[in-house]
Amino acid sequence: MSKLPPPDSDGLRARYPTLFDRPASARLATPLMLLGAFGIFAFGLVHLGFSPARMLSGLHQLGWITMMMIPPDPGSSLPLYLRALGETLSIALLGTTLAAVFALPVSLLAAKNIVPTNFIRFPVRRFLDSIRGVDTLIWALVWINVVGLGPFAGVLAITVSDFGAFGKLFSEAIEGADQKQVEGIRASGGGPLHEIRFGLLPQVLPVIAGQVLYFIESNTRSATIIGIVGAGGIGLQLAEQIRVLEWQKVSFLILMILVAVAAIDWISGKLRFAIIGKRAVV
Amino acid sequence: MTFAISLLPGQQLAALNQAYRRAVARKRLRVTLGAAVFFAALVVASVGAEVNLRTLFTYFGHFVSYFDRILTLENGGRVWTDIGEWFWGWRKWSFYLGETILISYVGTLSGAVLGFALNFLAAENTSPAPWLRFVVKRFMEFCRTVPDIVFALIFVIAFGLGPMAGVLAITIHSVGALGKQYMEMVENIDMKPVEGVRSTGAGWISCMRFAVLPQVTAGFASYTLLRFEINVRGASVMGFVGAGGIGQELVVAIRKFYYSDVSAILLMIIVSVFVIDIGTGWIRGRLFGRDRRA
Repeated sequence: MSKLPPPDSDGLRARYPTLFDRPASARLATPLMLLGAFGIFAFGLVHLGFSPARMLSGLHQLGWITMMMIPPDPGSSLPLYLRALGETLSIALLGTTLAAVFALPVSLLAAKNIVPTNFIRFPVRRFLDSIRGVDTLIWALVWINVVGLGPFAGVLAITVSDFGAFGKLFSEAIEGADQKQVEGIRASGGGPLHEIRFGLLPQVLPVIAGQVLYFIESNTRSATIIGIVGAGGIGLQLAEQIRVLEWQKVSFLILMILVAVAAIDWISGKLRFAIIGKRAVV
Repeated sequence: MTFAISLLPGQQLAALNQAYRRAVARKRLRVTLGAAVFFAALVVASVGAEVNLRTLFTYFGHFVSYFDRILTLENGGRVWTDIGEWFWGWRKWSFYLGETILISYVGTLSGAVLGFALNFLAAENTSPAPWLRFVVKRFMEFCRTVPDIVFALIFVIAFGLGPMAGVLAITIHSVGALGKQYMEMVENIDMKPVEGVRSTGAGWISCMRFAVLPQVTAGFASYTLLRFEINVRGASVMGFVGAGGIGQELVVAIRKFYYSDVSAILLMIIVSVFVIDIGTGWIRGRLFGRDRRA
């Protein structure tokens, strides 16, 4: 067997100076960034009051709570919980639908191929962005101030916060639509409204339907939490039971939420594929 | 100028027309049925959610005037006429806003580290054992399906009031969400480098380090930054349940009808979410840009 010649380090070094003698800034960049990230992390731990003792006693408590949660047991309030779950699903369905209905016309205003001037598009987009910047829970608090406690406030909260998200998603779907069909309608003498109705909508409706279904699914999750501030649904029961330390009921409610979310996931997945085929919803 | 369009014979045309009409009719029937079912569900839902249109119409004015009120100072002037009065508590609010961002930073980072450790066990192509993959995947599913604020509610009781509960809740949620995204990314890698490293006799950890990691680092960083931005939004409401951050101030302002404070705090939250949105977008662009150049 022939031996490989010994590596010619000096020659290699001369040929690839950038690999052997990287400037100090390039060599130090990654460790410095990591150090900085870790520094902020450590500062955060101290500032936010983490301590091993608190962690240990907390974990001890948590272990105890978990023990108390087994087995999950609704006690005598199963019908109440089922009704609350129905309420949550209703909130998600209604809120998402309303948001989609309101967002569709606005999203046309935010789409580049419908409204070419920046003059209208820019304020509409910023408006949608600021709505999205506010969390659903905050909207729920605001609506509770307006229509009072109860699931209706939840519906309106989900409507408003999804309105922002839908406006953006729909306008992106519209911008991604093929212009050839619109031009075809124009060539055969259709007006602007005809272009939207027969050229754009058939292309974007399946995409929009897919997005709406996906949001119904994710809103089932959001709808469970807006109850925590008093906007109805199963979150209200959950927050109450946590506050009175009825851990068996808590674990039962969490299980109910998990099962409901999984079921909705499954159904909407099936429906989505039936509507748009095996295409990813983005 | 006229063109003669050649038509098919009547009989053939009628057959084609009929087939077309039947196809359209079937499609229309399906759409109508779907719409009917959907509307029925909506009606049931509106009964279930106690929708009351009269309440809405009566109070819709309140919703609009709410925004009028939160933009009015106590002395009756518009908020922007006296910025100093509007943002009277800016020191306190900036402190809590900083705490909010710190909560989401610490939570995202620890969630990312844990998700990073777990995802290689859950990805189909790198998992050492099927049973381990199943267990880890179910665990991550549980972490992301239970909303973070529910975890916060429970942790507030276990760990006491304060930002610690918020951090832990965000950590758990991030483990689930990031773990899944990381896992999907690892499942899409090119397996040839892994085979190459394994053929040199490397163990599992070396395979992950030298074959998988170089392919996914930039994507991981990008997902982590996105998650950080989402978590800032999430952390802004953690205070609602006593888990630290600006949410505490906001909920007090809303519940006690300190109108101009509400708008000031909301504006601060929106602006900082914008800034973080733009900042993380910029960093992600740089990360991917550097990747492309290398």
